[in-house]
Amino acid sequence: MKDIQTPLVEMKDIHISFGGVKAVDHVDVHLHAGEVVGLLGHNGAGKSTLIKILSGAYRADGGEILINGEKASINNPRDARSYNIETIYQTLALADNLDAASNLFLGRELVTSLGLVDDDAMEAETRRIMGRLNPNFQKFSDPVSALSGGQRQSVAIARAVYFNARILIMDEPTAALGPQETKMVSELIQKLKAEGIGIFLISHDIHDVMELCDRASVMKNGKLVGTVNVADVTDDDLLAMIILGKNPAEKR
Amino acid sequence: MKNGIKNVFDKLGLDTRLLGMIGALLLVWIVFDFYTGGRFLTARNLFNLSVQTASVGVMATGMVFVIVTRHIDLSVGAMLGFVGMLMGALQTFVLPDLLGTGHPMIWIITALFGIALGSLIGAFQGWIIGYLTVPAFIVTLGGLLVWRGAAWWVTSGQTVAPLDATFKLLGGGAEGTLGAMPSWVLGLFAAGAALVLLALSRSRKASHGFVVKPVWAELTVGGIVAALILGYTWLMNSYPLPKGAVKRIYAARGEIVPEGLNLVYGIAIPVLILLLVAAVMTFVASRTRFGRYVYATGGNPEAAELSGINTRLLTVKIFALMGALTGIAAIIASARLGSAANDLGTLDELRVIAAAVIGGTALAGGVGTIYGAILGALIMQSLQSGMAMVGVDAPLQAIVVGVVLVFAVYIDIVYRRRTGL
Ligand SMILES: Nc1ncnc2c1ncn2[C@@H]1O[C@H](COP(=O)(O)OP(=O)(O)O)[C@@H](O)[C@H]1O
Ligand SMILES: [Mg+2]
Repeated sequence: MKDIQTPLVEMKDIHISFGGVKAVDHVDVHLHAGEVVGLLGHNGAGKSTLIKILSGAYRADGGEILINGEKASINNPRDARSYNIETIYQTLALADNLDAASNLFLGRELVTSLGLVDDDAMEAETRRIMGRLNPNFQKFSDPVSALSGGQRQSVAIARAVYFNARILIMDEPTAALGPQETKMVSELIQKLKAEGIGIFLISHDIHDVMELCDRASVMKNGKLVGTVNVADVTDDDLLAMIILGKNPAEKR
Repeated sequence: MKNGIKNVFDKLGLDTRLLGMIGALLLVWIVFDFYTGGRFLTARNLFNLSVQTASVGVMATGMVFVIVTRHIDLSVGAMLGFVGMLMGALQTFVLPDLLGTGHPMIWIITALFGIALGSLIGAFQGWIIGYLTVPAFIVTLGGLLVWRGAAWWVTSGQTVAPLDATFKLLGGGAEGTLGAMPSWVLGLFAAGAALVLLALSRSRKASHGFVVKPVWAELTVGGIVAALILGYTWLMNSYPLPKGAVKRIYAARGEIVPEGLNLVYGIAIPVLILLLVAAVMTFVASRTRFGRYVYATGGNPEAAELSGINTRLLTVKIFALMGALTGIAAIIASARLGSAANDLGTLDELRVIAAAVIGGTALAGGVGTIYGAILGALIMQSLQSGMAMVGVDAPLQAIVVGVVLVFAVYIDIVYRRRTGL
């Protein structure tokens, strides 16, 4: 199937090595507005590294990134943010010694007319968005080190959602969540998708991927095994791609 | 009963670490007052104590930022010596020839030069640390040797004296104080400002609909703060200037001392400088983006980087600030002695680091307060002055200070583990 509209994001021929390890080995993926693309693969397959190139955390050794069909230069996380790319990192990337509001607004603090950090305004905004995302969240004045895994994850999710992302990267966003919270994230993904946001979703849960994603790209040892329309494949097809590195398209 | 007290503290919103440090300070004071037969807790001794704390206290506020971001600065003592020597040479050998001896601009130019030079040296070291990624421990260990050597070189080891008369006032001493009236004005202003800030913060929080402390708790905290400020002012204003000093001051003005006049010291200028530095640094830490990034980077450098913070440039700024504060400390230290010697500030790096660490700054990064560092400096200075007054031998003094440092950090670790922070 040929895509008719220009993709929101195209990553072409991306490669990067660490020492001798080819962490991402000439990979192509793309993402449309209002689409959820799953990234699958074993631990160490290169998923996090690939999306960290999009989020500006790493600079690729080669390849190019197009945003809305135009070549984008993303050299650091600030550049990525300027393209409205928001990221929930696998490690969450929270400053444990700061409270939820300081983390949510880190690098883009709300300031008063004098340019001073406005903690009260940030806390008010944080309370507002947390009220929608995770109504049980109450620890607004504690450092995030005092929060549970799920609460920390919801802070990281709130940060990515708050700033009107057009491109959202979620690296195992539900890893530390219970079933209740996981369901909430699923609903959030569906809502954001309906708003026209493009989402890269890294997940280990095949069931989640089948339910939430439009397409899935599978990686193994840094290489792209293949990209499939989720509607055209079964759970077992995806598993075969992950484990054996076999592309179902090839067997037909 | 115990819960009742804890409840009261919770409502007051006082942090227990702060209370612990104040408790430790009071304990040190009471013990020494007992062993010196009441000579420790006198206006005279507390005046000296606060003046002696000023130089290290000023640097300790900067060391908080350095240590919070998981760095260290071993060069501050040597840098203080080098900057002090150059300031001494400037105001004694260079500026009088250009402007005339005793010109009122000499001290201003000298002071600004010292602060600028300190910032420059600090920025340079910060650049090596941030951009060339040489560990701060190594860079500033090198700096310790370099700047101490350079301090000797300025005059080939000669002590520079006497310093400019106005400049010397910045070090305290009989004339370098505010006197009664200005001290009261300052004390009242500071107390008033503290109360206004508390009230503003409360109304801001209330306007966002947050839960605020009960009024009685707010009033208690405000009352304690105001009482401390005014109490210190009163104490300093109850320390009389010796008759000889009064005579000298009037003689210098070509007047005779009026009958029955009793002048007092009041708040010393270096203490005023320390208080100003503390206020500015607290403001920087809590209300500016720079301060926020310092703590974020200390808590999780990777997260700070991923949030778009330029942590390399931040490192340069932090060390430049440390350098500027070292410049201010060099002004105080040399002005207090009335001369600049190339061993000025020797071992100060250890006092400064100890003050910050005793004040609750964690070497693991991310945690530390300005007021804590100043309290730490005051505790250290109290220990040293107290032991000197009691007549403890110098080697034993060093042993005690060393043991206290390790013990204080151990207590802090236990406290943190208990509170899970
Ligand atoms: N900063 C780094 N330095 C060195 N090696 C890295 C770095 N980041 C990732 N790698 C390596 O790249 C490979 C891919 O890792 P990663 O992208 O985290 O995999 P995944 O997210 O799919 O589990 C692994 O072999 C990992 O060890
Ligand atoms: Mg990963």
